[in-house]
Amino acid sequence: MTATIFVPRDSAALALGADAVAGRIILEANRRGIAVRVVRNGSRGLFWLEPMVEVATASGRVAFGPVTEADVAPLFDAGFPAQHRHALCLGRTDQLAFLKNQERLTFARIGLTDPLSLDDYQAHGGFQGLTLALQQAPAQLVDSVVRSGLRGRGGAAFPAGIKWRTVQGTEAAQKYVVCNADEGDSGTFSDRMVMEGDPFLLIEGMTIAGLAVGATQGYIYVRSEYPHAVQTLQLAIKLAAAAGWVGCDIKNSGRTFQLELRKAAGSYVCGEETALLESLEGRRGIVRAKPPLPALHGLFGKPTLINNVITLASVPFILAEGAGAYQSYGCGRSRGTLAFQLAGNIRQGGLVEKAFGVTLRRLLEDFGGGSLSGRPIRAVQVGGPLGAYLPESQFDTPLDYESFAAIGATVGHGGIVAFDDSVDMMRQARYAMEFCAIESCGKCTPCRIGSTRGVEVIDRIAAGDRAQHNIALLRDLCDVMVQGSLCAMGGMTANPVLSALNHFARDFSKETLS
Amino acid sequence: MTQCHALADDEINAVIHPLVALPGALLPILHALQDHFGHVPAQAVPLIARSLNLSRAEVHGVISYYPHFRDRPGGRHTLRLCRAEACQAVGAERLAAHATRRLGCDFHETTADRVFSLEPAFCLGQCAIGPALLIDDEIHGRVGPERFDALIDRLRGEK
Repeated sequence: MTATIFVPRDSAALALGADAVAGRIILEANRRGIAVRVVRNGSRGLFWLEPMVEVATASGRVAFGPVTEADVAPLFDAGFPAQHRHALCLGRTDQLAFLKNQERLTFARIGLTDPLSLDDYQAHGGFQGLTLALQQAPAQLVDSVVRSGLRGRGGAAFPAGIKWRTVQGTEAAQKYVVCNADEGDSGTFSDRMVMEGDPFLLIEGMTIAGLAVGATQGYIYVRSEYPHAVQTLQLAIKLAAAAGWVGCDIKNSGRTFQLELRKAAGSYVCGEETALLESLEGRRGIVRAKPPLPALHGLFGKPTLINNVITLASVPFILAEGAGAYQSYGCGRSRGTLAFQLAGNIRQGGLVEKAFGVTLRRLLEDFGGGSLSGRPIRAVQVGGPLGAYLPESQFDTPLDYESFAAIGATVGHGGIVAFDDSVDMMRQARYAMEFCAIESCGKCTPCRIGSTRGVEVIDRIAAGDRAQHNIALLRDLCDVMVQGSLCAMGGMTANPVLSALNHFARDFSKETLS
Repeated sequence: MTQCHALADDEINAVIHPLVALPGALLPILHALQDHFGHVPAQAVPLIARSLNLSRAEVHGVISYYPHFRDRPGGRHTLRLCRAEACQAVGAERLAAHATRRLGCDFHETTADRVFSLEPAFCLGQCAIGPALLIDDEIHGRVGPERFDALIDRLRGEK
């Protein structure tokens, strides 16, 4: 009997040697005359266990990890894949606490399937949402998204259904759907995991969006730092088109939605929707003033629905299982689940999809297992480079949009970056200003000049030059950037800076530097 | 020399022309040129401008705006070292200091033997397994100084 063995092809697994492990497994199996079929699946998102190898058994999959190339021969010596005695054996994958305690709706299939197998995708519920969507009126589709309570997962958390309704209600000969896959926030990788591990999900979500708003052309704008995502998604688009799930006359419905991938070129601010549109049109990624909203006047001046990867990837579930099913998760006005990403100095980093309302402490301790270094976690940055740094006293805040806004923080795209007690928070504040100076598009003065002045002021504080005066100046500067910047780049750079000042003030006094 | 230029123009145009009809063709063209030549040759600027009915200044402005595009040849391999927060939390700045020392060049520079160009990256999406390093299109996680040296030595050995 042929044993089925799974070795992930997600780039995090590749970064830790998954290709070599897969190659060695085939070699050892051949050498020993054991029949194996190696499937390159997506990642389950338990990155500290990657490469995590799984074996299919009658009672479910059994996991081994982290497996190095050197572990493969000893694994076979211990009876792998038929027997599961080796020290690296983790038991049944679905019984691992990290996975078992999640609510995986959007990520339900990731890690189970070969990302480029349409058969796998459909065998695990894929295209059910789109099949239903093809039978429904556009207004009905929009209504489902409205009722689900889904809000934009890219960071701004704008109600997705309202955006969809606006684009749908705008008459135009040509409309577009644009997927913002320029996942530039440090600490985030959920978009990447979807594109590499379940690309048909994004294609399905975008196609539904196209049907709903009346767009016949879609673009996915993917960052150039993600070569594996680009490659997998390109192949997936070709396969889906060949099978009639996207393109002309989708599944003989007479409806059309063409899809094309466009590669970004390393500019962080192009994750801002109007800068992204400029970039897609072939210009410098300079932010546009709003209004007009992209929903009315977007790509090439046409009504454009622009959503993040996870927003669009949440839609097939909403269609297939019903808006109510999605809406039943979460708390307050934060409905559904969020794909939290545990990153930085964390022992068990990875993807945790949970309903809104889970506390930061639960994620850091129960899922994350504390810091990687073993030292106390001192600060956590939530929501990317423009998110606030939170001290331990705020770890019990429930993760939902409103609770975080109430403490001057942001949930953003769900990235959670842990730092241990060796972190110098003045240095992190300086980096926030420096990053803004590097990445500012330059259109508005508070962001372009303010960020550079911010670095200089922090350097003066560090040098002990009239510290109190310069701290007051830094706060004043942050205020100007918040009030006067055109977009979130300059407007939110104050979040990490001010939170560092407010919660970690002692790092800004000269005595602690020596 | 003239003949050499003429040949190169043809080669550049052969990359540009299949993409000209795309809506918003400039970035796809620049990517295609960089994939083909390793950089966007200065000579391509007027050719792109003519093809897309843009000014040379507009084309230059786009090339210089995006960190991904280089306007001159780099090393045989491009190292993109993540310097963002999640990697900082696990020692990326120490690695950056080690890398510049070891390579003998700074960020945005190329080593004297022209084997490596060193570029900063602000997130490679490997935030749970940092520090992360992208070598051309090959990704590496948990890169400490020793691992960095091993990777560099392996690539230096190749000809």
